[in-house]
Amino acid sequence: MKRKYIPWAFLSIPLSLYSVWVIGPTIYTIYLSLTNWDGLTAPEFQGIKNYLDLFNDPIFYTSLVNNVKWLVIFMAIPVSVGLFLAILLSKEIKWARGYKAAIYSPMILAPVVIGLIWSWIYQPQGGLLNNTLTYIGLESLTRGWLSNPNTALYAIIGAAVWRHTGYVMLLFLSGLTAISPTVIEASKIDGASAWQRFRYILLPLLKPTTVIVIVITMIQSLRAFDFVSMMTRGGPFNTTNVLAHYMYNEAFKNYNMGYGASIAVVLFAIMFIFIVIYLRQIRKGELE
Amino acid sequence: MQLSIHQKIRIKHAVIFAALLLFTIVWLLPVFGAFLTSIRTMDDIMNNGFWSLPENVTFSNFATAWSDGNLNTYLKNSFIITIPSLFGTLALSSLVGFALAKYKFKGNMFIYLMFVAGMLIPFQILLIPVFRLSNFLGIYNNYWGLIMIHTVFQMGFCSFFLRNYMITIPEELSEAARIDGASEFKIFYKIYIPLSLPALAALGTLQFTWIFNDYIWALVLLRDDRFKPVTAGLATLKGNFITSWSVLVAGAILATIPTIVVFVFLQKYFIRGLTMGSGK
Repeated sequence: MKRKYIPWAFLSIPLSLYSVWVIGPTIYTIYLSLTNWDGLTAPEFQGIKNYLDLFNDPIFYTSLVNNVKWLVIFMAIPVSVGLFLAILLSKEIKWARGYKAAIYSPMILAPVVIGLIWSWIYQPQGGLLNNTLTYIGLESLTRGWLSNPNTALYAIIGAAVWRHTGYVMLLFLSGLTAISPTVIEASKIDGASAWQRFRYILLPLLKPTTVIVIVITMIQSLRAFDFVSMMTRGGPFNTTNVLAHYMYNEAFKNYNMGYGASIAVVLFAIMFIFIVIYLRQIRKGELE
Repeated sequence: MQLSIHQKIRIKHAVIFAALLLFTIVWLLPVFGAFLTSIRTMDDIMNNGFWSLPENVTFSNFATAWSDGNLNTYLKNSFIITIPSLFGTLALSSLVGFALAKYKFKGNMFIYLMFVAGMLIPFQILLIPVFRLSNFLGIYNNYWGLIMIHTVFQMGFCSFFLRNYMITIPEELSEAARIDGASEFKIFYKIYIPLSLPALAALGTLQFTWIFNDYIWALVLLRDDRFKPVTAGLATLKGNFITSWSVLVAGAILATIPTIVVFVFLQKYFIRGLTMGSGK
């Protein structure tokens, strides 16, 4: 066999499968988003009508805003808490290994499992949260966490944060081990305060890890489907709907396949920004 | 009183230790609460409140979830779906990883970046066409529809991961083998695969939990209850036992046992996989 064909011999089967199950479908969804289709009769081409409809769709707006809220909270809490925990646990603390394992253990659980357990925690009657609040004398705070439109979305995000924080901590921990301790020692001798060490030494050295953490966090928050589906199905009154879940509902519950496809494309377009950032980071690493 | 620097550090560490202990206890409260719920009856919890001593300890919730709730079938299905997908995706991705790590050719970087991008795209962009495709191929509503999408979709991450691992294997090894007359495929499975076993172990552990925990594909590609993996099964269980939270939580715990076993025994690989895969 000619030498230049050899890599293609290895790639032929994987690439064909990848074209049929991933690349082709991506393109096909973009086409479907320009059609009106109930899933049974032939798709009917109608240009950008679905996108124009999205503009006037209040549920689409709610879902988009909920995704943004999800994203902001995910960027704020798991990332900062995860970084903080990683810094603490990178020191020689007794039981550090046990603490690490305990903190990231939620991430081995399926989001569906976490959604189910947290649904129980949030139950108005008998649930752990309301019961605990009553127990410590804060009865006035008890409510139906998932049935109250003001708290439902945050209750779901809380469960997701519980799963995500350990992941972030792990990534920062591996970033921290790559930093030579002598750098930190030297700055201590030079009299840098804890904050200065963090701000001017650790943070810049952790920059590559931070980029990865931010991208993964963004993507995780846009992928949020399982929690919503398990805990509220987007309710009450769509107050907890997110794009991923709204798309599924439109396409597979209401059989608006074309409209569902256009929501998927919007989600894909948002995600694409972060994918490009990630790819640039990867390429930068390749060129070095 | 003047403290030496060592004493100061020791006090600081003791404070951090205590804070972490408190944090971890609160952090694990949901897990602890789930166990406590699963061994009590619903009446007991409702009448006496969550923070009361259990009237009696019972394992009947697990039995109910296991047989009446069909967890036995769901868990079996999860394995039937996860194991072939796992091996399929590792096999295909090793081929990709090898080709991309070892040969310089036009399109190498493009294919590599395509797989990296592929691992990050939202499932939603694939749902409708893959649903249609599975129908067309006659693998909708059986195990194969799920096995195929998991095998192919997870190739994105696995190829990325294995390519970056295999690129560190020195070229001299394959040169020596080539002089001895080994074919390129032989170099792949006699040199690269054995040397990549640590990476494959890390990846396998990670992929096991990811595929096992999938929910949305099971919703889209299956209709019959008898094929459902445990994640979709739990959603059905939630519908059927809507107020029996102790049965539901017992079901959730049963559903988690396989991933916990993997985690406890292969934790090292799991973490290595996560941190290696996240970029360098």
